[in-house]
Amino acid sequence: MSDTHSQTVAYVRDSMLPEKSPPSNQVGAIRWLRENLLSGPLNIILTILSILIVYVLVRAIGPWLLHSIWNAGSLSECREILNGESGACFGVIKDRWHQLIFGFYPPEIYWRPVLTFVLMLVAIAPILFAGVPRKMLWFSAIFPALAFWLIWGGTIWFTICVLLGFVVGYVAFVLLRRVSDLFAVIGAVVATVLWWVFLSGPLSSELAQILPLKIQHVKSHELGGFTVSIIIGVTGIVMSLPLGILLCLGRQSDMPLVKWISVGFIEFIRGVPLITLLFTASLLLNYFLPPGTNFDILLRVIIMVTLFSAAYIAEVVRGGFAALPRGQYEAADALGLDYWKAQRLILLPQALKISIPGIVNTFIGLFKDTTLVVFIGILDPIGLSSAIRADSNWNGIVWELYGFIALCFFIFCFSMSRYSQYLEGKLKTDHR
Amino acid sequence: MAMMSETQGSSFRLSMLIYDTRYRSITIQIIFLFLMMAGAAWLIDNTLANLAEKGKDIDFSFLWARAGYDINQRLVDYTNDSPHWVAWVVGLLNTLVLAAVACITATVVGVMAGVLRLSNNWIISKLMAAYVEMFRNIPLLLWILVIYAVLTEITPSPNQFRGDNPSASMFMFDSMAITNRGSYLPSILFSRSLGDVNLGLLTVGVNSLVLIAIIIASVFGYRALQHSAAATQESTGDRPVTWWKSLLILFGPLILAMIAMGAHLELPVLKGFNFSGGLFVRNSFIAMWLALTLYTGAFIAEIVRAGILAISKGQSEAAFALGLRPGRTMSLVILPQALRVIMPPLISQYLNITKNTSLALAVGYMDLRATLGGITLNQTGRELECMMLMMLTYLVISLIISGSMNVYNNSIMLRER
Repeated sequence: MSDTHSQTVAYVRDSMLPEKSPPSNQVGAIRWLRENLLSGPLNIILTILSILIVYVLVRAIGPWLLHSIWNAGSLSECREILNGESGACFGVIKDRWHQLIFGFYPPEIYWRPVLTFVLMLVAIAPILFAGVPRKMLWFSAIFPALAFWLIWGGTIWFTICVLLGFVVGYVAFVLLRRVSDLFAVIGAVVATVLWWVFLSGPLSSELAQILPLKIQHVKSHELGGFTVSIIIGVTGIVMSLPLGILLCLGRQSDMPLVKWISVGFIEFIRGVPLITLLFTASLLLNYFLPPGTNFDILLRVIIMVTLFSAAYIAEVVRGGFAALPRGQYEAADALGLDYWKAQRLILLPQALKISIPGIVNTFIGLFKDTTLVVFIGILDPIGLSSAIRADSNWNGIVWELYGFIALCFFIFCFSMSRYSQYLEGKLKTDHR
Repeated sequence: MAMMSETQGSSFRLSMLIYDTRYRSITIQIIFLFLMMAGAAWLIDNTLANLAEKGKDIDFSFLWARAGYDINQRLVDYTNDSPHWVAWVVGLLNTLVLAAVACITATVVGVMAGVLRLSNNWIISKLMAAYVEMFRNIPLLLWILVIYAVLTEITPSPNQFRGDNPSASMFMFDSMAITNRGSYLPSILFSRSLGDVNLGLLTVGVNSLVLIAIIIASVFGYRALQHSAAATQESTGDRPVTWWKSLLILFGPLILAMIAMGAHLELPVLKGFNFSGGLFVRNSFIAMWLALTLYTGAFIAEIVRAGILAISKGQSEAAFALGLRPGRTMSLVILPQALRVIMPPLISQYLNITKNTSLALAVGYMDLRATLGGITLNQTGRELECMMLMMLTYLVISLIISGSMNVYNNSIMLRER
């Protein structure tokens, strides 16, 4: 058909013209500029304003960063080198970085917190990434005890005896499982607690006398800087997730008593600032404990921070449960699963998946909130920055220290939020 | 059948408390209750024992004793002769004022940043992304300290405003001065005073009360005007022109009253080593305000962005198909729906602002924690009572905010049939 057509109608073109290049304002950088920066009067104003802001910021900070001094022992030495020009004196970071990171930890054993940090990365790798061999989870399980021993030191027998408590609990569980599952769980918990309360102390001191495997003991008040932030942050994160899930299940329970106590606890914790809880930990906790008890301030802070973020996590997870379709509950019931099996196999995995962003936001908030411990006298990085400023060599230095601390926090928190985005993408099952 | 009736009719056995789901929850609750009560009894017993050991008791009468310390920012009448409970009220009001202004400015900043982050303009959206990530990933305490350091280290001292050739100058036609002690702003004075009213703790000029009454009346008048315009539009289809009437109703009476009472500005003037006159705002307040605004603004920006993105594209396409212009699409179709998504997390951000005002400790702003939970606690040594009162106060503030905001949230919620 087309052949006959082209022959009868002589002016129909039978070959394509070569393509012309688009108009010059529709290609490349010019088009991008027109579309993205200058598409209308409002956009032009916004672009000019933003360029002005960037210019002012660069103008203010650029020269200061470019003229930075890294080799100086004091602020006055820095100022001499700078000779009146504006410039950062990062000499303070070079001089005091060990203090900002380790606090007053004995310098000859810095390898211990460093090793703990590296081992922590190894321990969380199998939890964070599915590609890592599953057998490494065994290492993750014993890591908390190992980290405790490495950071605080003392005899290893204490750590081993605490770990043995879990073995005792497991043995009790296996023995009692023939009777009933419920008894097995209760028996395991009771056996573990009894072991810790009555047997582990004497046993560890006995063993320590026979074979003293001990390393130098470090007191809590010698810890400081980012070491203490990471200890509080990571312990709080690890402990608050299970506690938060339990609280959330309690809040949704059919049992009125459990429900109202959970609601009361969550609303109370969410209604008061963390700082008042920390002051309670440092001022009031001694009132609530038997006379004469005095336990570690760091432990009290960790407990308070854990309770605080557990209440927030409970609410986040509740949001995840609320987003589950009703059919999921009914399907679990129809399969004949009991409460715990339905939660463990069907409901919790989905609810947790939905609430990943909220949970990670709570974790980031918790890690940032570790800075508040400065108010009860724990030397976190911010507390150490004022301690460094109290030294006559570095009196008056502000921006360099704050900048360094801010950068470290930014790296930690930003990587957490990136990981949550990665996890969300990986667990996404809807094919939209 | 016989088996069935036998099991149903069988008498209650003790093992049913554990194995029968009908009774098990009651068993668990009773055990739980006993454990809770035992725990509570243990705590109370310990507390009483500890108090007895220290020779203390639980007694709130210290609240009526003389406080004996000064508070540098007070909204009600307070001297160091006032009792501790007035100091508590002063601190509470300082907390509330800071929280209120920070909530308003954080919302403005957050909405602007959230909308601009979605803009087609590459540079502004990247700038807003940088702002949001910077503030969300660095602790608030650090921001408070940094902003306070900027205000105290970089701004000039009042001394530098002096002399024939000063190194610092005032802003806005010599009406504002930003110094390292705080900012001095112009304040409004009335030359024809109508006297003062003493409201117990508070002495208020009648002039200000009159102005507040006029503003409230104007807002009601404006709403009535809008209602009548809407009614006219419903019945006739034409919307009457209201903009000049609204302006007249909103600002006319106010300006007339201010002229009648002889309102004028009092400017801060440099006298000796410091400024005098005008309104003095402390750096501690400004630092807290700016830090809370920028920090929470970054969170609100993300909430607003998520809210706008949650509205499906079909909604704006439908609005365009109806012939609505982009501005009206945003205000009539997208935002009312996005508001439903935005509101619940926004409420929790307001609660966070209120709770985060307690970080004022870092810069010495005299809030609730600094008065009741700080100086009063240290002076009287009554930790238990002060902490209980302080926690209770924060709890009540939080519950009031979340309660009232939930009422608003319910009023805008989608009503499904």
